[in-house]
Amino acid sequence: MVSPLSIVVVEEDRDRAISIVDGLRSSGEYDVHLIGNVSGLARKIAGFQPDVVLIDIDNPTRDMLEELTLASGPLDRPVAMFVSGAAGALARTAVEAGVSAYVVDGLQPDRLKPVLDAAITRFQMMRQMRTELDETRRALEERKVIDRAKGLLMKAKGIGEDRAYATLRKAAMDQGRRVIDVAEALVTAAGLLK
Amino acid sequence: MKLVSLPVAYMPLVDAAPLIVAQELGFAEAEGLSLDLVAAPSWSSVRDMLAFGRVDAAHLLSPIPVAMALGLGGVSAKVHAVSVLSVNGNVIGVSRALETRLREMGHPFDFDDAAAAGAALAAVAGDGLTIGVPFPFSMHVELLEVWASATPLADVEIDIRTVPPPLMAQALADGEIDAFAVGEPWGSVAVEKDVGALLIPGTAIWAFAPEKVLATRAEWADTEPHLLGRLMRSVYRAGRWLAREDSRTTAAELLSRRQWLDVPSELIDRALSGHLTISPSGDVREIENFLEFHNGAASFPWRSQAKWIARQICSRTNMDFAATTERAGAVFRSDLFRAAMGETEADLPGASEKVEGSITHQTAVASAAGRVVLERNVFLDGRIFDPSEK
Repeated sequence: MVSPLSIVVVEEDRDRAISIVDGLRSSGEYDVHLIGNVSGLARKIAGFQPDVVLIDIDNPTRDMLEELTLASGPLDRPVAMFVSGAAGALARTAVEAGVSAYVVDGLQPDRLKPVLDAAITRFQMMRQMRTELDETRRALEERKVIDRAKGLLMKAKGIGEDRAYATLRKAAMDQGRRVIDVAEALVTAAGLLK
Repeated sequence: MKLVSLPVAYMPLVDAAPLIVAQELGFAEAEGLSLDLVAAPSWSSVRDMLAFGRVDAAHLLSPIPVAMALGLGGVSAKVHAVSVLSVNGNVIGVSRALETRLREMGHPFDFDDAAAAGAALAAVAGDGLTIGVPFPFSMHVELLEVWASATPLADVEIDIRTVPPPLMAQALADGEIDAFAVGEPWGSVAVEKDVGALLIPGTAIWAFAPEKVLATRAEWADTEPHLLGRLMRSVYRAGRWLAREDSRTTAAELLSRRQWLDVPSELIDRALSGHLTISPSGDVREIENFLEFHNGAASFPWRSQAKWIARQICSRTNMDFAATTERAGAVFRSDLFRAAMGETEADLPGASEKVEGSITHQTAVASAAGRVVLERNVFLDGRIFDPSEK
């Protein structure tokens, strides 16, 4: 009986962290640790002596993990990014899904695969959710600005909402800009003139 | 003409300027290219995006391709450094607490004497220093090594720790690190946030240090030599434009845009002009060759530069330098640079190696048109590195 793999997940967002840990636990018997606060990251990870470290590829603190690849003499590196091993294709998929994994050199790919599969699924889900959230948020922000610009135009020119929007759109088309850019410029200018 | 879109990864730093300028001011377009610049959150991401083919070229710390050729740092893809994007541009800074102690013992913060600064810092270091750097394989680490080995800092326990540049000021404020070596604008950001003071520029340690390179996958360079040449020429011309005095304001404005660095243009101008504000009390220092994109054949990838980096890494990791010299030197592709620039007006040095550290003042060297002048490249302790010695 081999001992369960020890996995450290680096993730500051609590909900996302829980989702990843759940995903891992449901895919096998693992000893999962979570690091939420990234200060002293390398030191904390070294304390756990994990077999695998999972981290979001967009996390800038990922560079701190590179230190681990050099931890005790680079030629007998205790921790190396998995892509140096046999799991090359898997590594590529993981990187594309937005997860980077660091594993102890010599860990068998067949033991690593289920961990990565679970992580990849979760990271893909999270990434999609984050993109959707960002897009929704941006759309809302843009609509707010456009509404304010419309309001300014309606007041200044005594026109209705439809005319105000048409005016914005025409200005945008004439100048080869986006409606939101014209609206932003108008709101900023109005603020300055106050 | 239909433009070929080329994905290129970069880190949002002042020295990514040649790539941003190549795209924004039309140097890429003139070569039939449209650079799809992908901002990366970390150097490991840049490296992986390049290694896995998400991008075809990248703005990379000059030691990373060398380390990769030595089999260090995880990813094993073969990568070429086809040109040097920037020379110099780093600063070493200390916490406010260390600044106070240094001023109390009379250190003038004159910003030009690395030996004196090293001695002073060693005197106030107490039981050791933790110094933040952006990445384990970086010119920042190499400069710190040279500095420490040539000054009383050699006797101080120094812990070098990786901290992503945007978090450097915060790490200093939190007391996680006592000092840092970082590229602009992050040193100036620490000064602006009142958490640190700048002690010396990187140039005080090594006057002409290759900082970032334009890197490509070897496989891509082999299959797309024409695209590579077009990319190299557009980046070269952007660097030449950046070196012009009258480009500075435009460049600072351009880089400051939210889309690129998203910091005030005044901060970017400090690096471009070499007029640095070194402390929260507003002391200003002027540094010659603070950040070089073109002059002194800055973009030429000297094989001796790659070998110097390799020797540094080897000595730190107990690897055999003699066995790896040629392999490491070949990572800097002066041959590809010559091939790409052959069709331009660029004048190139006749040699592909030089004795690093031996040029004490501007020196004209052999070249096709006889117009290449190299800049000072001395180390603070006068050491020299002859690439032909094993």
